[in-house]
Amino acid sequence: MAHRLEKGGRLIDRSQPLGFRFNGRDLEGFEGDTLASALLANDRVLVGRSFKYHRPRGIVASGAEEPNALFGVGAGNRFEPNQRATTTELHAGMEAISQNHWPSLDFDIGAVNAAVASMLPVFSAGFYYKTFMYPRAAWKHVYEPFIRRAAGLGKAPSERDPDSYEHLHAHTDVLVIGGGIAGLAAAREAAASGARVLLVEQTAHWGGRALAEAETRIDGVPAADWATARAAELEADPSVVTRLRTMAAGLYDHGYALLYERVSDHRPGTPGAPRHRLWRVRAKQIVVATGAIERPLTFAGNDTPGVMLAGAVRDYIRLYGVCPGRRAIVYANNDDAYRTALALHEAGAEVVGIVDVRHDAEGALPEMARALQIPIHEGRGIARARGGKRLEGVEIGRLKSGTEIGGAGPAETVDLVAMSGGWSPVVHLYSHCGGKLAWDDTALMFRPHPEAGAPLGPDGEINTRCAGAANGELTSAPCLADARMAGRAAAEAAGFTPGPELPVPAVEEPAEQPVAAHWFTPSRDKYAHGTKHFVDFQNDVTAADVRLAAREGYESVEHTKRYTTLGMATDQGKTSNINGLALLAEALGAPIQKVGTTTFRPPYTPISMGAIAGQAAGPLFKAVRQTPMHGWHAANGADFEPVGDWERPYCYRREGESREAAVRREVLNARGHVGLLDASTLGKIAVKGPDAGVFLDRIYTNMMSTLKPGRCRYGLMCNENGFLFDDGVVVRTGADSFLLHTTSGGSDRVAGHLEEWLQTEWWDLEVYVQNVTDHWAQIAVAGPEARRLIEAAGTDADISADALPFMAFAEGTVAGCPARIFRISFSGELSYEIATPAGHGLALWQALHAAGEAFGAMPYGTEALHVMRAEKGFIMIGDETDGTVTPQDLGLHWAVSKKKDDFLGKRAQSRADLIRPNRKQLVGLSTEDPAEVLPDGAHAVEDIDAPKPMRTIGHVTSSYFSPTLDRSIAMALIERGSERMGETLLFPVGEDKVIRAEVVSPVFYDAAGERQNV
Amino acid sequence: MSDAVSALDGRAAEPRPGLRLAECGLRGQITLRAGDLASSALVGAVEAITGVAVPEALSAGFAGDDRGAVWMAPDELLLFVPHAEVAGAVEMLEGALAGTHHMALDVSHARAVLRLEGADAAETLAKGAPLDFSEAGFPVGRARRTHLGGLAVGIWRRGPEEWELVCFRSFAHHLFAWLETSGVEGAEVGRFGV
Amino acid sequence: MLLITCPNCGADCAETELAPGGEAHLERFGPGSTDEDFAGYLFTRKNPKGVHFERWRHAFGCGKWFHAARCTVTLEVFGTYPAQVTEPPAEIVERIRARRPNWEG
Repeated sequence: MAHRLEKGGRLIDRSQPLGFRFNGRDLEGFEGDTLASALLANDRVLVGRSFKYHRPRGIVASGAEEPNALFGVGAGNRFEPNQRATTTELHAGMEAISQNHWPSLDFDIGAVNAAVASMLPVFSAGFYYKTFMYPRAAWKHVYEPFIRRAAGLGKAPSERDPDSYEHLHAHTDVLVIGGGIAGLAAAREAAASGARVLLVEQTAHWGGRALAEAETRIDGVPAADWATARAAELEADPSVVTRLRTMAAGLYDHGYALLYERVSDHRPGTPGAPRHRLWRVRAKQIVVATGAIERPLTFAGNDTPGVMLAGAVRDYIRLYGVCPGRRAIVYANNDDAYRTALALHEAGAEVVGIVDVRHDAEGALPEMARALQIPIHEGRGIARARGGKRLEGVEIGRLKSGTEIGGAGPAETVDLVAMSGGWSPVVHLYSHCGGKLAWDDTALMFRPHPEAGAPLGPDGEINTRCAGAANGELTSAPCLADARMAGRAAAEAAGFTPGPELPVPAVEEPAEQPVAAHWFTPSRDKYAHGTKHFVDFQNDVTAADVRLAAREGYESVEHTKRYTTLGMATDQGKTSNINGLALLAEALGAPIQKVGTTTFRPPYTPISMGAIAGQAAGPLFKAVRQTPMHGWHAANGADFEPVGDWERPYCYRREGESREAAVRREVLNARGHVGLLDASTLGKIAVKGPDAGVFLDRIYTNMMSTLKPGRCRYGLMCNENGFLFDDGVVVRTGADSFLLHTTSGGSDRVAGHLEEWLQTEWWDLEVYVQNVTDHWAQIAVAGPEARRLIEAAGTDADISADALPFMAFAEGTVAGCPARIFRISFSGELSYEIATPAGHGLALWQALHAAGEAFGAMPYGTEALHVMRAEKGFIMIGDETDGTVTPQDLGLHWAVSKKKDDFLGKRAQSRADLIRPNRKQLVGLSTEDPAEVLPDGAHAVEDIDAPKPMRTIGHVTSSYFSPTLDRSIAMALIERGSERMGETLLFPVGEDKVIRAEVVSPVFYDAAGERQNV
Repeated sequence: MSDAVSALDGRAAEPRPGLRLAECGLRGQITLRAGDLASSALVGAVEAITGVAVPEALSAGFAGDDRGAVWMAPDELLLFVPHAEVAGAVEMLEGALAGTHHMALDVSHARAVLRLEGADAAETLAKGAPLDFSEAGFPVGRARRTHLGGLAVGIWRRGPEEWELVCFRSFAHHLFAWLETSGVEGAEVGRFGV
Repeated sequence: MLLITCPNCGADCAETELAPGGEAHLERFGPGSTDEDFAGYLFTRKNPKGVHFERWRHAFGCGKWFHAARCTVTLEVFGTYPAQVTEPPAEIVERIRARRPNWEG
């Protein structure tokens, strides 16, 4: 059984016991434990059920590669599913629950899946594609409900996350990823060259694997001590920034790296501290010193709880003082695993043997094992591991060939198998951004092959190199040598002159014999086909699945991956990918290099959604624009709605009033008396220069150069495709200066459009353009009493009908505020829009309300604005237009100049498609039932009995109930609409309901325009 | 004449001890566009108005709290003068540049100016903008336009621990809240390269 | 996340500070042009594997447009230059030829 040792454990503090709960039971660990080491210390060997077969699973690894030990960690609003126990630092009061089982971890009904798997095609390779095809009815009633219940791992949290997250942009000369001996050595060399260095390590400790390797000494001290001392030096170096608990999640173009710092996961709820911080790093050079990951061996029952990676077993013993078993066997194809036998022996476990697939285990490490009287079974393999929720024993057999294993060898009763199929460099990050790999047939690994392609900087030169084990150098001496070179090369490539070489660390370590290729251990009888030889533990993919895929013709590793789901679980196949593709290569009879790897994609391990969002949550989710009168609106009952980036009052509700009633009141009041609208959001762009008129003639469809100073003109803007994209009133403010009004959402877009044409096509024109939207607050005063209201508020401008006629402009003051007064109307009423510098906006707004009291003035919101403009048949960009509508479609021919040689969109408007007679044209609609309001977007049909899908001839673009006319009104784009006046169209709106409406003019109110011209 | 107010009316906060955030109140601001920012007429007028020379590309110069010039683009400066002087300053520029193609606009209300001071100011800015705020990467006198917290800003370093930011007025409340949140006590980054 | 230097203000720009503008050096066809020329101007774009000339705007910065010569395979930026030209300047072409001797541009 797994147990805590009496002494030892480099990372734990035995004076600091920590209580925690697992599946409702109180357990104890120590400060420095991971959740995984604490569970093993409490002999919790069974930690979860597998995804497909619900097989019992135990902890396999000790780091980021762990496939099985995923838990729901935390409670209440801090609950989070799918947390890897091996990378979760234990803290006092931690709550963890296991996942993917029902009703309990010990008794799981889903395990029946495994029992039927041998009889049905369910769950074998490609099961999704084969099984759910027939019978057709089964999909809805059997398969889908089943998949929905089975799919997904863990439970989603149900409460709002109380924690904060943030981003941080950092810049460095050299980023070193990985705080093992390679990373430390590389960082040291780069810093010695004068470079600014950022060194990050994903765990809470410097040293990486060196912390657990007692047989290695560097510079005369244990490797762990050497690493700790080097880390301390780097932490004190002012040119080096060091971070623990910071994982590189992804590498991107031009030296951009995303780092995931777990700031307070180990001390949850620390006031003010973000939980995670996402570093957005720009590095001139990057050194990837991410080490290597051990591969499992593929044998029958290799997923039984108690079968672990050999390196992980060593970690638990030496880092946490936890021995995962009492009677152990080591199974390996390499020398490194012998270190685990030594560690187990030292921890007091009985090592009943080392099963080595090689015939000649004669290196220094095997000799050390022999010296301890540990039996070594050469040329043998484990034919099968026995046990259910806990390992009970193994059967050992002589390996005869790749498919055959000898008769019953010794059967051993053990509670721990420490397996090692060799080590794979962690090349994930290197591969994220173009780093190519090559298969090394001797070392049995994919290692970086920069000659075939490497990550590049903007100058096209290599900016990322792997170092140490990540570069395929698994033993300490070559690892350090490689890392030192990488550190120096990175500094040099970042523009620094390497200093004198630092002394070469002296490494003492046992020499290792070569690893042997062994991708599959045959077994006997019913498991001989590899159906219990697990390759991907998390997704339950077996050797048989991979071989089946190969037989069925899946030759590409990318196809096999998707067909079998190999490597597609949350661990992204860290322990399984190489074994899987080696098996595929074997089945296809192709070299591994030719089969290749699947694509490595960021993030390296899953990162939190919170970290991705950063500060952009809650009130900072989106930058929202507010007018100077925003506070007044909020205090006066405004219901806000987003308009572009702006927050605008939709209507102002009085106590007990519905939105509909408020809108109705606001419309009737503006039409009957006077209304005030905060129009500050309207885009305003100043245009100035000797060529301003020429320029605007090319930008607008109508003529602007002929506009007289002091006058306004409504204008349309099209893009080169001929489609309308913005509209607004243009004011000539001087001989060579204009003010352009744009839609509320359009000011940035229009300003950008003008700059683009000025800078990239017509750079000969002398014109300056400036977006001045925010400089001005603007208020529309609309209604029969508008003039009297402004006069009552006090103005030095003559705003009489004669002095300031419709579409004229004056400057002066209103209510003591500097003002530009535009006689323009979007409501069809007598209307003035008064612009004042934003700092006066609130004062002017309040003054107009005070003066307006005598005239019954009320504020009105965007909905009343929309209703009134629709009553007048005025179009709204985004309602009547959708990027495919021309001015001609909307009956705005009068605003498209025929005299001008050129304007944006002119050429396009003579294209065949834009002049075809059956285009959709703007019409008004009058429903037969005046109380019936057509739904926005409803489609019109001519023949209601036509088979579905019916051909539609157009759709509703705006639809309202008009309080002024006391009936519904709508506008629509209808094929040949202008020829259909008086026709009745049918609008099926669902549930057999059909609304009938007559095609009418879109101008519903005051067609002659008399109300605005008084 | 009513008294004009700035976007946040001088709001101030100290999100963590030693990190001070304040809106600077109304400043006279002039956008000056011209093809040649080195013409003697322009250089003379700018110096007369602001008390500083026309700044080099990507830099800013100041002569007192609200008098200075920021380089915005190859053909654009943002000039600061006390708010009461802005109309006169525009008039003076118009006079000096008469006959040449230019634009001089009073945009005092278009932008809000925020000041962020303290040893942790640079780290707070680094939480939002993709720039290197180290002494080497962003020396005193440097000015950059970029994005921060989802919106367009201009940032310049007035002193080792003294920064100013501008954004469009309608976003001022968002920028203020963003800086206040990112600078909150407990969210210190520690040494990270600035 | 590209890193491109704006030739107008000299700033090294993160890609997020820039707005892409598609292929550079298009010739505008206006009124009077043939349908074929006009459709080509509106819709036909190069999509080379290798050297490409493209338009960018320093949107979160000086606001100016510029051109970049860039390799779409390696993302190497050969150089940037102002937008007010109808073809790449000689020194940019020279730099591309030095880095891509087989380029047939």
